[in-house]
Amino acid sequence: MDKVLEMRAITKQFPRVLANDRVDFDLNYGEIHALVGENGSGKSTLMNILYGLYQSDSGEIFVRGKKVDIHEPRVAIDLRIGMVFQHFMLVEPLTVAENIVLGSELRKGPFLDTKRAIQEVEDLSNRYGLRIDPRARIDDLSVGLQQRVEILKALYRGAEILILDEPTAVLTPQEVEDLFKVLLSLKEQGTSIVFITHKIKEVLAVSDRVSVLRRGRKIGTKATAETNEQDLAEMMVGRVVLLNVEKEPAKPGAEVLRIENLTVKDQFGQEKVRGVDLSVRSGEVLGIAGVEGNGQSELVEAIAGLQKAAGGKIFLGEQEITNWSPLRIREAGFGMVPEDRHRRGLVLDYSVADNLILGLHGKKPFVHYGMWRDDKAVYANAEEIIEQYDIRPPVATQPARSLSGGNQQKIVVGREFTQNPRLLICAQPTRGVDVGAIEFIHQQVIAQRDQGAAVLLVSAELDEIFSLSDRIAVMYNGQIVSVMPAAEVTEHKLGFLMLGGRLEDYEAHEVSGNAKQD
Amino acid sequence: MGDILALLFNTAVFAAALRMATPLIFAALGGIFSERSGVVNIALEGMMLIGSFTAMFVSHHTGMPWMGVLGAVLAGLIVGLLHAVFCIRYRANQVVVGTAINIFAGGLTVFLLRYYFGAAGTSPSVATVSDITIPIISQIPWIGRIIGRQNPLVYLAILAVVAAHIVIYKTSWGLRLRAVGEHPRAADTVGVNVYRMRYLAVALSGALAGLGGTYLSIAHLSRFSEGMTAGRGFIALAAVIFGKWTPFGALGACLFFGYADALQMRLQDVGVPTQFMNMLPYVLTMVALAGFIGKSVGPKAAGEPYIKG
Amino acid sequence: MQNRIRAVRWQEMVTPLAAVILALAIGAGFILFVGENPLTAYKILFVESFGNLRNLATTLQRATPLMFTGLAVAFGYRAGLFNIGAEGQLYIGAFAAAWVGFTLTGAPRFIHLPLAIIAGMLGGALWGSIPGYLKAKLGVHEVINTIMLNFIALYLTDWLATGPFHGGSWVPETARIKPAAALTRLYPPTRLTTGVFLALLAAFVVYLVLWKTRQGYELRAVGLNPDAAEYGGINVARNTVLAMAISGALAGLAGTEQILGLHNRFIVRFSSDLGFMGIAVALLGKNHPFGVILAAVLFGALQTGSAAMDRLTSVPRELITIIQALIIFFVAAEYLIRRILRMKEGA
Repeated sequence: MDKVLEMRAITKQFPRVLANDRVDFDLNYGEIHALVGENGSGKSTLMNILYGLYQSDSGEIFVRGKKVDIHEPRVAIDLRIGMVFQHFMLVEPLTVAENIVLGSELRKGPFLDTKRAIQEVEDLSNRYGLRIDPRARIDDLSVGLQQRVEILKALYRGAEILILDEPTAVLTPQEVEDLFKVLLSLKEQGTSIVFITHKIKEVLAVSDRVSVLRRGRKIGTKATAETNEQDLAEMMVGRVVLLNVEKEPAKPGAEVLRIENLTVKDQFGQEKVRGVDLSVRSGEVLGIAGVEGNGQSELVEAIAGLQKAAGGKIFLGEQEITNWSPLRIREAGFGMVPEDRHRRGLVLDYSVADNLILGLHGKKPFVHYGMWRDDKAVYANAEEIIEQYDIRPPVATQPARSLSGGNQQKIVVGREFTQNPRLLICAQPTRGVDVGAIEFIHQQVIAQRDQGAAVLLVSAELDEIFSLSDRIAVMYNGQIVSVMPAAEVTEHKLGFLMLGGRLEDYEAHEVSGNAKQD
Repeated sequence: MGDILALLFNTAVFAAALRMATPLIFAALGGIFSERSGVVNIALEGMMLIGSFTAMFVSHHTGMPWMGVLGAVLAGLIVGLLHAVFCIRYRANQVVVGTAINIFAGGLTVFLLRYYFGAAGTSPSVATVSDITIPIISQIPWIGRIIGRQNPLVYLAILAVVAAHIVIYKTSWGLRLRAVGEHPRAADTVGVNVYRMRYLAVALSGALAGLGGTYLSIAHLSRFSEGMTAGRGFIALAAVIFGKWTPFGALGACLFFGYADALQMRLQDVGVPTQFMNMLPYVLTMVALAGFIGKSVGPKAAGEPYIKG
Repeated sequence: MQNRIRAVRWQEMVTPLAAVILALAIGAGFILFVGENPLTAYKILFVESFGNLRNLATTLQRATPLMFTGLAVAFGYRAGLFNIGAEGQLYIGAFAAAWVGFTLTGAPRFIHLPLAIIAGMLGGALWGSIPGYLKAKLGVHEVINTIMLNFIALYLTDWLATGPFHGGSWVPETARIKPAAALTRLYPPTRLTTGVFLALLAAFVVYLVLWKTRQGYELRAVGLNPDAAEYGGINVARNTVLAMAISGALAGLAGTEQILGLHNRFIVRFSSDLGFMGIAVALLGKNHPFGVILAAVLFGALQTGSAAMDRLTSVPRELITIIQALIIFFVAAEYLIRRILRMKEGA
């Protein structure tokens, strides 16, 4: 018996997504097992099922050989399973020690035994080399230290199986190294670890085995020693299926979008976009590939005027539009399919017709005298777009909420595309959209290009990037790693760059690989 | 100048401030427990009002004012549970439910007052909790005149502040309370029952507010009159915010508001309209919320129903 | 398709109706408690509020200020704002209207009355825009600020009416407004005035603004999804302040109507929770102007009938306040009502 955990044929269906499709997963005593895959591949869902936050629709879980039913976190904790969430489950105004003991407090009568709690946290942190001040308040700690608290929280509850969900996503490189040291030392002391990530380098650095998920299915499990970056990238990304998009070669015209040394900071002052230069010309599609969270969202929002640029310049044609209001940018000839249609793209409780004028609602023919709404024009516009974009059901008065994801997206696409903007941003334009709609939307993107729009496509789907782009840029860690003509890019190369590899390394690797083959 | 100083630092004013602050302190502590657990409680006013009525009613029928106190606590507890059920179980908007409770309390107390005691806007006079003299302390010069002889409920309020501080900061229940109001999901993932914590906290909130109401009808006065809380529940709410959701902070705010209240008659003589003193707590609270004097930020999850899973 | 739309509208009405029925049922318990027959009491309530033209007129007169405050709360709600400060905005508006009413002399009615009304609107708008501004600029939630401003308005007008603008009698009130500023009585001896038309007009205007103008589109978008509104080029901060100002203006009109139509002078603390009742009216009316009118009429009727019920039976009139509070509970707990209804369907 060398397996501490076995999950068999786990299936989980969400309203429109099959998140886990008969996934098998196991964990040996004292190993680090990396679970990799792109966003939305089902990694977190699988582990949330293990921790009792979700219930699987079917499948079985065995812990230390015994079949278990984990219907809430309490059960998982009792089975000595601990989880470190990507979004920390820490109460910020409380101290480290308070957070660690919460729910399993040490008491003297009804009172908290703070002294002993601090002592135990100190002992624990010494034992595992996780140095921390038990008296510090969480909101005074760096992200790396907060994560340390999360790990201690699990260990304090006696966790022998430790799940870490994308633990490196929020860390600096130095903090990542520290974390790896901690994980290796935990492993030595007998803890079994599941390490969720989408960064291949990390997998190779720290894991014993690796399992790859793609679109809810497990692609395979390998011993880390027997695999390499290329191999894993291919498993993660899969064979690129060139989608059925008919397109002529691009005829790029004048430069429409120029970005110079753009930086964007998030609300905590961290730089998410770090000195990006970019140029898109009329009549071409520039695809930005990259794992999500590498600054693409912030880049796009800054162009649209929805986030402030901290530095640098953005030009639309000849005009500088840096930090203009969203409305002014729109009026300068800008349209955008936002990455999250529910958050940005639609007012879900508005009718289809009302959604089809969002952003145009103050313009003729939808209002007269700058004020009075013309219902007739609003509905005429709706009927036209509904027909042209085949939005179903074809009812202009229905709330957008009641439509399927694909049809909701067609509302956004129809609205933005029919304005024939000079610059069109399509961020994840086919996310959560059915196959038929994907093809349709892709054709429309190409049609916009051929009418002379400059299209900036941001997508985590490599199929989409390859099928639509004339040039491909890779974004990693807030920077554009490289911009290449689409014809020169292979999926290997792209996967390698997306996962943090450097172009020079790739070329060196390719040369040596080719040499070997010779 | 000397006159004004004498006015401001007058032991009679301080003693009155303490009395004025007492109902506020109880209600504010109630507000703290509720909000700390993540349930906004703008129903303190209504809970106090029902407490006032019940205290008078029980005292009237038993002749025992302390039974009145007990009755008020129980009545407040029940109203607190009502608030909790609607906010937690039925996920109703907490502000709306609070408003409904305030209106309900206003209607119910007068309904019962008129049913039991006829048409008048006030109840008959009832037995009250009477003042006590603390032997040694009352002998201390100056201070003795402020705290040496007061109503037992005044002393109880101060004790309640200390007790609340200990419960919130020194017990495991308090730790869980603070966690539940800040980050319920984090508490849930370590096995804390968020719903149970909130029910208890809101019920306790009602009991304390009811106790605050008691002081008005069977200590400060000896009768209940229509709408006698007169906005004190909202001043208590202001004290919660002004005191940054801590018992001692709220105590300070209540004493200050009580002091302003006690001063208003005297200040009127030197030309300050009483209404301006009345406005003070509300204006200061707005200023505190706006961040002009050290930003007041409440529990992060306050106001949002927690939905498991 | 038409059918589907109707079905949706019908469903919208289920919760309010169920809430009213449940509240009346519990109210019946209170009537039994005081030893009266609920059917008798409710019959009196109904007859005395709708039984003849005069009663109906009184019902409408009682409903008028609630229409305004209900509209005020509903308007804010549509823009995603919870205005529980209608009470304070009402006082400021009322005082402003009264001030124009008693200060201006010699103006003809067609000038004096509109001026007083505009003053009332502006007063309410000003008071409402304070929490709007604090929310838009500093991110302070409007609920606490509107509560605080209720009391500040109460004491401020108290001071104004007993200090600088005291009317000279022993009563805490201002001087009487000039006849030229008063609203016209429609059906003496009832005190129903042209104010009721003003309220209906306001409801219609609210409807037009919300659903037939660009501004309404923006306000509702901000209320439903501020992120999408921002993406659509809508200025969220500006709309937040505007929504609170308009909401405040409507509440100000409630106070104005009470002064120019009923009291003819500013009386300290004249409002018996009209602003808070506006919350109930808005909720019951599903935050739709026409729903608000219906809900206000229901509340007006309850108030009118309660006086007779109080006189003719031993049921205290405060039963009505209790019923109104219960209605809020049940409308707020839509979740509960849905469950009750589903249980019936399931059985």
